[in-house]
Amino acid sequence: MVPQSSFFTHVTNQGFLGHYVATASLTTGVYETLNNFSAVAPEHPTVFEYFRKDLKRPASDTWVVAPSNGFNRIGESDCRSYGPGTGATVILPKHLLSAATSRGAADFDHLLRDNYENPLYTPQLGGGEFELQQLDGILRLSVADFMAHARTLSSPDELSIYIAKRLMQQEAPSLLWITMHDIDVAHSGAYSLYIEGIRRTDRLCAELWKAVQENPEYAGNTTLFILPDFGRDSDYDAGGNGFQHHRTGDAASRTTWMMALGAGVREGVIFNDPMQSIDLVPSLGAIMGFSPTQSQGKPIKDLL
Amino acid sequence: MLPRDLQPENFTSYLPEARKLVLDYIEAIRQLPVTFLPSLLREVIEYDFKFPTERAAIDKELSTIATLSPSQAKEWFQPFQSISISSKLEDFDWINSPAQFIEQLSAYLWSSHQLDAFRKAATDYGARLHGAVTQPPLPTRRLGLAIIGQGVSSYEVPLFRSLRAHGTYFNQIKPENGLRLLLAAAASRAEAHPVPFGHWYVDGGAEAEHSPLLTCVSYQAMQPMRAALLKSMQSQIERPGMGPEQLRTYLARMSPSDLGAGDAGNAVLEHFKLKILTEGSGTQIFATTFAQWTTREALRRAEPLTLLVRFAPRQRQRPMNELLSNAGGNHELDPKGSLVDADMGAYYHWINQQRLQGYEQSAFLVWFEGHSQALVIAPTLPRGTQSSSSLDLGQLVDLAVS
Repeated sequence: MVPQSSFFTHVTNQGFLGHYVATASLTTGVYETLNNFSAVAPEHPTVFEYFRKDLKRPASDTWVVAPSNGFNRIGESDCRSYGPGTGATVILPKHLLSAATSRGAADFDHLLRDNYENPLYTPQLGGGEFELQQLDGILRLSVADFMAHARTLSSPDELSIYIAKRLMQQEAPSLLWITMHDIDVAHSGAYSLYIEGIRRTDRLCAELWKAVQENPEYAGNTTLFILPDFGRDSDYDAGGNGFQHHRTGDAASRTTWMMALGAGVREGVIFNDPMQSIDLVPSLGAIMGFSPTQSQGKPIKDLL
Repeated sequence: MLPRDLQPENFTSYLPEARKLVLDYIEAIRQLPVTFLPSLLREVIEYDFKFPTERAAIDKELSTIATLSPSQAKEWFQPFQSISISSKLEDFDWINSPAQFIEQLSAYLWSSHQLDAFRKAATDYGARLHGAVTQPPLPTRRLGLAIIGQGVSSYEVPLFRSLRAHGTYFNQIKPENGLRLLLAAAASRAEAHPVPFGHWYVDGGAEAEHSPLLTCVSYQAMQPMRAALLKSMQSQIERPGMGPEQLRTYLARMSPSDLGAGDAGNAVLEHFKLKILTEGSGTQIFATTFAQWTTREALRRAEPLTLLVRFAPRQRQRPMNELLSNAGGNHELDPKGSLVDADMGAYYHWINQQRLQGYEQSAFLVWFEGHSQALVIAPTLPRGTQSSSSLDLGQLVDLAVS
């Protein structure tokens, strides 16, 4: 995919280096300060709310597919002028599978594993998320078919991509946000599993891009952004333990990359100028035509 | 409470040696900023269970602080004074729970965008302290020995890739009796340089026969402790209202006896083992993570002259809940994945060894167990080269430390 993309080599995250809070920051364009291990909404309006309000889009036009129960509030903020009902519906595939599994005996534990960073944290869901009964109505997918397909998958991220592709077929949302989490197995300290997770994610991103090309609703008019939420601790920072965590706040843990490919993006260009992860939302606003007024990032000039 | 208000009775819960140390230096401690002191107390509060090198470092740090002139003290601690904290943090019981305070301070520094300033203050302080404290020379050069790949009969991917630029790669090593020869070399060094906790043998599986002069920690010997910890964690997880912070606090307050470790052993070592399991992430479930983290912590804390680590196969990945619940009996192993883990673990072993005093003279050897591949890093050997010398592991150690 890299040869097809505009590749940004120097993306920094100056905020909290926890997965939920960092992803929330990516959606708002503001370094959020919420508790990483709480099921709370972002404080500032999300990209989904800006998109829907400014462009007068229905709820069906923007969705989030997220890996962990902890992400169930990421679709919309607590901001007064936006907030509940104005953002994206969040699908938690593992939650769906768990609910489906409770109806019949099946072993889907390999798809249901949750937060590697803190296995203790699996919060109760608090509304706003996509529910099991909506499978058939929206995704045209019976619970039996959903479970049958899940049996063929090996990881939570594979389940997320399957759901995302189903959403693209059935709803064709204009703004679709997918977060992937398999790589976080790094917290267990097993390097081979971390590498395996990276390779799987790499393959799934390519599968997603292939699905875009094969879907007439998306082919030729879709831009795909791929970026990690942040980096990982440097091998050489004494405060960390290399790839295992992202706790030191050192340059390596704050520095990552981004690629953009598809409609409106130059192919095969590498940009080394620094940008921040909160620049994503204003860039999306500039491309799609909405105004993320509270975002603290700046549109990426090289992209536009 | 602020440091200037500290009184001897504030430290009654400290263990005897830690309390004595605090009281010996209480005047100096009162002068320290609250953004700094809990970090020091986090070390002091566990003084009774520290390794000799750690005790010596704490002693030197306190004596250095106590002898700073007013202008020096201002220069050293002003950056910490400049960091503001909330009144909630000031009111926290940082005397008796310094580690928990630091965790909350860290979150506060993130949210108030002061983390970079704190990092700089801490880094500068470390550099000043390092410059002010002189260390006696080591009795011999430090040696790291890593054995990786147990149970792997063939592996085609090049090993030691991260280390090759730093040392000499040997491809004709005689593997016979390799483990025994390396353990004998470690024991020989322990006999020649009898330093408490100075020579270690870490095994990610069952420990092989070894000299009693070596401090030994193994994954298999700690199985009862690991099982007790996982059971305890499971019961905590099921408690209503239990969150990540509460669990961390619960784990931090554990003692070895909570996990069935008797008092018959060495208390310092038993506490070390406990912390490997309660502070390490993945050490409870993966043998390779256990070996890597134990090596890191032994180097960081005990600063041994010799550390031999032998990696063993870890169990295959299973759902995290299943791993934590420790369900089932004999788990399928993943030898090749474990070799990849261990190859990286050996790289981290060398990096962690290079953080210690005498790193310019230290030596490191990693061997693919049962095979003819090894790599040696030593000041006397060329870097980024390959050798076809046919040596056994004992001769290779001799070459590394010659």
